[in-house]
Amino acid sequence: MIGSLARLVRGSVPTADLDDRDPDYIRDNLPGLWLLATIWHRAEVRGLEHIPEQGPVLLVGNHSGGNASPDTLIFTLAFSAWFGVERRFHQLAHNLVVSYPGIGAMLRRFGTVAASPENARRALRSGAAVLVYPGGDWEVSRPSWQSARIDFGGRRGFLRLALEERVPIVPVVSIGGQETALFLGRGEALARLLRIDRAFRMKTLPISLAVPWGLNVGDLLSHLPFPAKITIQCLPPIDLEQWFGPDPQVDDVYESVVTEMQEALSRLAAERRFPLVG
Amino acid sequence: MRIELTTEIAAPRDAVWAAVADPAQWPQLIRGISRFDHAGGPATGAGARYSMRMRVGSADVGGLIEMVEWDEGCDLAWTSVLGIGQRGRWRLRDAGPARTRVTLRFAYQSPGLLGWVADRVAAPVVRRNLQSGLEEVRRRALRLSVGPRRRRSRGARA
Repeated sequence: MIGSLARLVRGSVPTADLDDRDPDYIRDNLPGLWLLATIWHRAEVRGLEHIPEQGPVLLVGNHSGGNASPDTLIFTLAFSAWFGVERRFHQLAHNLVVSYPGIGAMLRRFGTVAASPENARRALRSGAAVLVYPGGDWEVSRPSWQSARIDFGGRRGFLRLALEERVPIVPVVSIGGQETALFLGRGEALARLLRIDRAFRMKTLPISLAVPWGLNVGDLLSHLPFPAKITIQCLPPIDLEQWFGPDPQVDDVYESVVTEMQEALSRLAAERRFPLVG
Repeated sequence: MRIELTTEIAAPRDAVWAAVADPAQWPQLIRGISRFDHAGGPATGAGARYSMRMRVGSADVGGLIEMVEWDEGCDLAWTSVLGIGQRGRWRLRDAGPARTRVTLRFAYQSPGLLGWVADRVAAPVVRRNLQSGLEEVRRRALRLSVGPRRRRSRGARA
């Protein structure tokens, strides 16, 4: 059954068509995002001025909040309001997310494409800003008490991409998303047992306490996020060639970028006095 | 959503005009303006374009605006070219000897039903920000008008 479902999902992953992005649709939906971000999450996005005014850039974020990750929507609102919906902006998401009936189509109009090196490359070559979450399903499922930890699970593909395409990286660090449910564990053993890891490229089947499900295994139907305060901080851009020379060791760069982001995330965590309230 | 604020300032019109007619100063003038970059056309005056944003709630909203009216000492109006639909106007009128009535009008509109709701939720913040602008104009105009008077009176004593 899992195998057939996997085939179904694979078959429904849309080919990345960057032209699916629809600036008018984004503009029409910004007020709704603004209400969600302002009233529900009291969101704060800082440092947008660090993002280069034009040209391709890889925005590298830490991922939080399970399948109802508010970070992406809030950042999309902030980016579109700051630079205007006319500037090309794509977000990379897991196959499952872009294949969801209804939601997938909506996200594609926002500029979301299935996460793959090819799609990211095409988006960057079109001159777009591209938001990538290297930690993906691994990081987004971490327990809530690891909220202030950057955990990319050793995934370095984003750096190879930035080096090959010679685009700057802007780290985007956020906190609060992991408080939108009580995440208890990644459920890796369960994912292996059910062969989800092979079928869907998912190493995790997160176990959480979430509204309205109570005990929520897998978060496949998502959840209603708790109204946690979300704070997002963009850091100054990193020009990899300038910082690490013309032929850098990817491992060194990885350590350096993760350390930089971890320090920023720890600072954001230190500002936070109470869970949810911020 | 339309917001209109009016006040009277005990300063002549040219001093009030000097306080409002330099858009480069608007980030210092109006609270919440997070960005105000010249984006085309002449440096000031009708036709000048600026990329402006105001922090309202969780986003810096605004867009590309263009000055569409620049009537020295009288009216300064702008309208949006890109981004949130908006119109604004500084209106200066005499209110007696060395007194000026200043009106700041600002209208904005977001699309759709949720936009209608968002506009109303944002209104108190926008109103406070604009009010702060009006107060700052009063301070600056008074400084500008008192300065020459003091200098004149010192010159007379000498």
